[in-house]
Amino acid sequence: MLNLFIRSLWNRRSTAVLTIFSISISVTLLIGVENIRKGVRTSFSSAVSGTDIIVGARGGSLQLLLYSIFRIGNATNNLSWESYNEFHNDKRVKWTIPISLGDSHRGFRVLGTNQEYFKHFRYGSKNKLEFSRGQSFSKVFDVVIGSEVAIKLNYRLNEKIIIAHGTGRKSFLKHDDRPFKVVGILKPTGTPVDQSLHVSLEGITAMHIDWESGAPPMEGESLSSADILKLDLKPEEITSFLIGLKSKIHAFSLQRQINSFKEEPLSAIMPGVALQELWNLLRTAEVGLRIITWFVLFAGLLGMMTSLLSGLNERRREMAILRSVGAGPGTISFLLIFEAIFLTLVGILFGLLFLYITLFVSQPLLEAYFGLFIPIQPPSVKDLIILGVIILNGMLMGLIPALRAYRQSLSDGMTIRL
Amino acid sequence: MAEAILDLKNVCFSWKNSGRELLNLPELLVEQHEHVFLRGPSGSGKSTLLALVGGILVSDSGTLKVLGKEIKNLSSSSRDSFRVDHIGFIFQLFNLLPYLSIEENVMLPLSFSKSRAERAGKTKLEQINEAHRLLIALELEEPLAEKSTVVELSVGQQQRVAAARALIGNPELVIADEPTSALDSDLRHSFLELLFSECKKSGSTLLFVSHDSSLSELFKKVISMNEINIVNK
Repeated sequence: MLNLFIRSLWNRRSTAVLTIFSISISVTLLIGVENIRKGVRTSFSSAVSGTDIIVGARGGSLQLLLYSIFRIGNATNNLSWESYNEFHNDKRVKWTIPISLGDSHRGFRVLGTNQEYFKHFRYGSKNKLEFSRGQSFSKVFDVVIGSEVAIKLNYRLNEKIIIAHGTGRKSFLKHDDRPFKVVGILKPTGTPVDQSLHVSLEGITAMHIDWESGAPPMEGESLSSADILKLDLKPEEITSFLIGLKSKIHAFSLQRQINSFKEEPLSAIMPGVALQELWNLLRTAEVGLRIITWFVLFAGLLGMMTSLLSGLNERRREMAILRSVGAGPGTISFLLIFEAIFLTLVGILFGLLFLYITLFVSQPLLEAYFGLFIPIQPPSVKDLIILGVIILNGMLMGLIPALRAYRQSLSDGMTIRL
Repeated sequence: MAEAILDLKNVCFSWKNSGRELLNLPELLVEQHEHVFLRGPSGSGKSTLLALVGGILVSDSGTLKVLGKEIKNLSSSSRDSFRVDHIGFIFQLFNLLPYLSIEENVMLPLSFSKSRAERAGKTKLEQINEAHRLLIALELEEPLAEKSTVVELSVGQQQRVAAARALIGNPELVIADEPTSALDSDLRHSFLELLFSECKKSGSTLLFVSHDSSLSELFKKVISMNEINIVNK
């Protein structure tokens, strides 16, 4: 019986292969979309672990989250060093990390901060930043680069680099009179840290000294690096800062206090809440994408049903012969349902195989180009439920031709009028 | 006297939806080891009669006994197994499954019928030998040795493979439904001779159905469908 089934299917292998192919593509899409969605979420959440509050100039909370953590977009305004100090010295606060943005180096963002960054910043499941080579910056013109920056630009320790003003990939205004020296390279984190260059806040100030309203100094007027070092490089303003609290209980009260800060209009956000806002924003797109993939699957299964149904007429002879040698109408319809389930199962297997190969190949690429780390995991319970639904649908699609074959084999019997 | 192979009395059949009566047979009797020629043009109710005997259709009234068993009293699944256990079929054309080899086609009934499998041979090897014996007896030694596929066979060869399939495991009744209509006239005679001798060897009764009355002279017993089916009168 099984032999008969296999031989019969093998005889119709070209349509069977096409059916399997279309089912496997929809399975790849469905599970793949699900995987990428999860990957994006964990990737985003892992970039801010350990931070309780993010503070920036008054503005949208999502925008603040995006520019301060993900280096997406720009701050509209800065906040003053005095305000930063006010909250830095608050009793409830355990640590703060100042962040100063606005400059770039060959398309990578430059982040001005201090030693607290390397001490307190956490990513993933509360991992500390570690150096693969060198150490943290100690001088004004020192720079610590992320792992991606090092790989892409092929930078080594002690390399001298020029930082451009603004965040574009091609910037015409370069701080080329004040080169920086690479003193440290960070280990890969799978977060935007990998694509950042880190300098001291003093370094940021030094870069911009004697620049007038965003324009470089006139020729001959620029100060030498040596002269700059003699100046007071205490920053006047920063872009935002991250706060770690001694106890999470104080998060809401401190957030309220920052939001109603009299001296300067500030915004304080909790990263988890802001991320949730982001997911809500993306949900419509996700749902749309999922609906499309379900339709792709539906089309695949419908294709299977069509090929089973249209094959039925050609197979009437086969059915009649089987009837004559003792196969009942039930056996014959069972063969068709079994075929549908078999095709669906093989389609699913190939789909998963294809998905994991794709993930395996694209994982390093996605990480390199988008900072997106998609973990390769065995199918989750949710995936398995989806697969179960697919098998069930395949069976239902097989049911219609099977019923038809049942009735046909009853009326045809063993003789077919051609 | 041995039990009759076919014993039909007052069998009526009409399609449920149209209500049109297709068959009304007052009597039909076929004894064991007989070779019967059932003659009738198309539309005379031949196919209906064969479907009733094969247990694919069930008569509305009357008694229809095959090997002394009233077919009507069997469940549909036991009708299916009864059919393969006791009857071998040969059809007009396209008897074979194209994706099976010649010997697999011959052995097809054995996977559906335990009793025929046992009669063909105790082991798989004996069953294969029996299939080969039949194929050789039906002059198919050459394509068997060359391991030809079914589609490479000529129509005459295909019909002989079908005959081997109908005969394997010695079923009590072999029903041949217009098996020669696609063959040339000299091929017809040689096919019939082979069929006769193999039926004799296995002790099977042969019910040969055809509209071609030129073949009737080869049979001792000839039944005309038009005479026994009173619907068409």
